[in-house]
This record gives sequence, structure tokens and C-alpha cells, in this order.
Amino acid sequence: MELTRRKILALSAGSVAFATLSSLPAFASLTDDAIAELTGGADVGEGTIKLTAPEIAENGNTVPIEVDAPGAVEVTLYADGNPVPNVATFKFGPLSASRSASTRIRLATTQNVVAVAKMEDGSFQMAKANVKVTIGGCGG
Amino acid sequence: MMKSAPWVALVAMGFGGAAVAQDSKALNVEGTALVTEAAAPSHMENVDTIYSGWRFRSGETQALQTDDFDNPAMVFVDQGIDQFGKIDGTEGKACSSCHENIEDFAGLRPQLPRVQDGKLVSMENLVNTCRTERMGAEPWKWSGGQMTAVTALIGLQSRGMPIDVAIDGDAAPFWEKGKELYYTRVGQLDMSCSNCHEDNYGTMIRADHLSQGQINGFPTYRLKNAKLNSTHGRFKGCMKNIRATPFAEGGDEFKALELYLASRGQGLAVESPSVRN
Amino acid sequence: MASGVKPRVKVPKNAAAGDTITIKTLISHKMESGQRKDDDGNIIPRSIINRFTADFNGQNVIDVTLEPAISTNPYFQFEAVVPESGDFQFTWYDDDGDIYKETKSITVS
Repeated sequence: MELTRRKILALSAGSVAFATLSSLPAFASLTDDAIAELTGGADVGEGTIKLTAPEIAENGNTVPIEVDAPGAVEVTLYADGNPVPNVATFKFGPLSASRSASTRIRLATTQNVVAVAKMEDGSFQMAKANVKVTIGGCGG
Repeated sequence: MMKSAPWVALVAMGFGGAAVAQDSKALNVEGTALVTEAAAPSHMENVDTIYSGWRFRSGETQALQTDDFDNPAMVFVDQGIDQFGKIDGTEGKACSSCHENIEDFAGLRPQLPRVQDGKLVSMENLVNTCRTERMGAEPWKWSGGQMTAVTALIGLQSRGMPIDVAIDGDAAPFWEKGKELYYTRVGQLDMSCSNCHEDNYGTMIRADHLSQGQINGFPTYRLKNAKLNSTHGRFKGCMKNIRATPFAEGGDEFKALELYLASRGQGLAVESPSVRN
Repeated sequence: MASGVKPRVKVPKNAAAGDTITIKTLISHKMESGQRKDDDGNIIPRSIINRFTADFNGQNVIDVTLEPAISTNPYFQFEAVVPESGDFQFTWYDDDGDIYKETKSITVS
């Protein structure tokens, strides 16, 4: 990926306001590429896994995200408006009680968070959530 | 004049679809209810009801403060416990050498800042006086990580207790000075504390929800910088935002302002360490 | 070692065999993304925790790969089953090669 000044600014932890003001181009294709790399181009179904994220994030530095993917062996999270789309991959081991996990992530701007699950039978499932990231006033 | 809490409606509209962990009016931390709303103390002429800053945050941010594991500030409280027990300085002492039970600090946070020997002192002064005079150690930076970790730990011992600072007697001149600062316009934007936090609390400043500027939750973990922030550090941030030259952390102006602001929160529960945007 | 790194873990002390238990973990770490610049305009090098694992008596519960989009002071919550009494081992792997570990025991009745 070519790093332009604008893209570098985008993920700076403290520069949510910058990113939003600089009207970022869509990075959806980067996320699509990353998903294709994971799935090898296989079809990705929807509907069996659940992604919970706030509709509006008060601060893009710390956005709570929860994924619940029954029957998954692993789940990868992407953020399609960040300069680097990959966020995290959860691999569930034999003593995992549920295929669910929560974490806190950084979102550079208003965008989609995407969860792609690799299921036990080798198929793929995904879920999407749009998160609006607000511009700080004095908080920003 | 009764302000009709317009942000309640805003929150309901703006965040209604999001997962709100609890009724936004009731702050329960680890099962204990904390007071986030009280009748304004009689010295406040323009406000009827005072609200903790917690009330102005989104459901997700509010939820972070209700559980001592989910509250990211608590990892710094753990660091504060380490600092508290760490020997430092020429006397071979740690904080814990004299203060064996940290719980004994319960009741201190609501009274600070206070006047001692004619001087107004904040908790940071008390910590550094111990360090320099009893431990023979270097003073900590006012808003540094070691200081905020320890002030969070000490403040936590009083969590839930109502703010109760003395503003009469010896304290009166400091309080008057703080009040004057609160209402004095400064900086290129020519604004006073009151312009935002008294005249406009509950409204939005861009996408941010203006609070009453209460300090009952400090030190506070801010999502913005992912660390504990001191009261004076926050004052500095406000002054920079209005393009003013900030006073010094630990200086007479900020201490007086701290006393005045604390007095505007008389009756609100200590929330240290709180979580804010 | 990156400065000020401290792990925090919440695991119940007791459980019944086969119970589902909730585990929460947090570690203080700045998670420098590698996307920020310093005051002189130079990129601040990436310095993050890139992997987190939780195991119980040698068997894996969860294995997480972290990217720079994980927030400062990384937090995870997940669920485990405990077949017998034993130890949870939590491990965080830093970009700089450091490894931070925490162990918690649980009694299963």
C-alpha cells in the first residue's frame, strides 16, 4: 500500500478529527482484498454470525466491539475506513466455551466494521456494522 | 431558572439504538449506587441542579465505569499500588512505610483541596510533601504517570463519598480567587469557564457533549489519550482550547480554581478514577 | 521492555466442572500504531502487542492476532470451559520481543 501523508494521518491515534476532515477516499477495496486473501475467493454467507458495535462511537480511539460466531473456528475483524483494514483475528481453541469475544478498537473515521468467520466446515460467514465516529469538540 | 436537562433528550435520540448498559441516570459501580445529581450548593447563583460528567457521556462510555475490570483506569490503580509500596529516596521509605492501610485515606479526597498552614494544598502537594520531606525522594511531576496512579489509588478509597470542601474561614480568599478565575474571559477566543460549563452545559460543541465541568471523577481516564488525567492537566487542556496561555499545573491559580470547582460539586459522589471521553 | 506494561486478568476462583466462565484481560500498553508522526514529522515506529493467548492446563482457549487498530491498553473478553482444577496461563507478545505472562488458578468442584 502506498503511504500518502493523508493515509498516515488517518490512523494516528489522536487524530480522529484530522481524518474526518480530510475526506478520506473509500478503502473498501483494501478490505475486499484482505477478505479475498482470507477466503481464497470462496463465497461468504451472511446471517449466522453477529457483530455488535455502537451506532455512534463517542471516541474513535476506543470503540467496543463484540463478535458472536457459533460454529466458527476463527474470526477476523476488518475496519474498511482505516489505512490498514485488518484489526484482529481470534482463533478459538479446544477449551473455548463459545465462539465469541469482545475487544476495543480504533476507528479513524465513520466506517464499516466487518467480521469474517471461518466455520468448522470450511465455509465463510460475515457480518457488518456501520459505526459513526464523531468529531471531538474539546474532547478531540 | 430550572434547566430542563436537554441532553437527556439528545442522548435518547442520538444513542437510543446503541446498547445502553443501564439507565443513564443511575451510576452503579460494582453494585454500589453513586450520586450523579444533586441540588446545587447555595453559592451557585445560576444553576439549580448539578450533574456528574458521567451523565453527559454515551452509554458505551458510561458502561466502562460500572465495572472495576472494564474500567481501564484500574490498571493504573494497580500501578499505583506498586508505587505506593516502592521504597524510594534517602530515607529508605515507601508511602506504605507510614501509611500501612491504604483504606485509611477514605474521606480525604472529598475534602481536597484544603488549607493547611495558610496554604491551599491539593492531593498532589500532599504526596510530594511526603516524598520530599519524609522519604527524601524527588517530587513527582504534577500530572505524570506515577502521580496520577497514586492519586487515583488514594481517591478510590473515598469513592461514593460526597464532595465536601471547606470554602469559608481560611479557605475563603482562595475560593473567591477561584470564583473570579471561573468567570474571567481569557484567551484569543475570549471565553471563561462559565461560557461553556455554566451557560451551555448539555448542548453540543461540535460532536462533543458539554458537561458542567465537575471534577468529582478525577483523576479520570480519557478515551482521547488512554491514560489518567489530572484536574490541572484538564484545566490546561481547556485553556489551550480557548487559545489562552495555560497557568502552571500546581500553581496558585489552578489550585484556587480546583477549590472553586470542587465546591460547585458539593454533594456529588467521588468517582475517582472515572472514565470520560 | 516497553515501560509501564502491566497485565490484569479477571478469572473466577471457583467453578463447577464443565461450566462456562467469562474471562476478561487488560494490559497497559501504548500500542503505537506506526501511523503517527512526532513533532518533527518523523513516523513514530510501530510498537504493539501482536499476539495474545490464553491456555488452560496446556490446552488453548483463544489465540488472538492483534493489529495496530487494537486500542491502547488492549482489552479482551471471552469464554472458557474448565474440565478440572488448574491454571490459566495468559501470554502477551510484544513487537520488541518481550513476553508478558500472568497465571490464574481456578478450583473446579
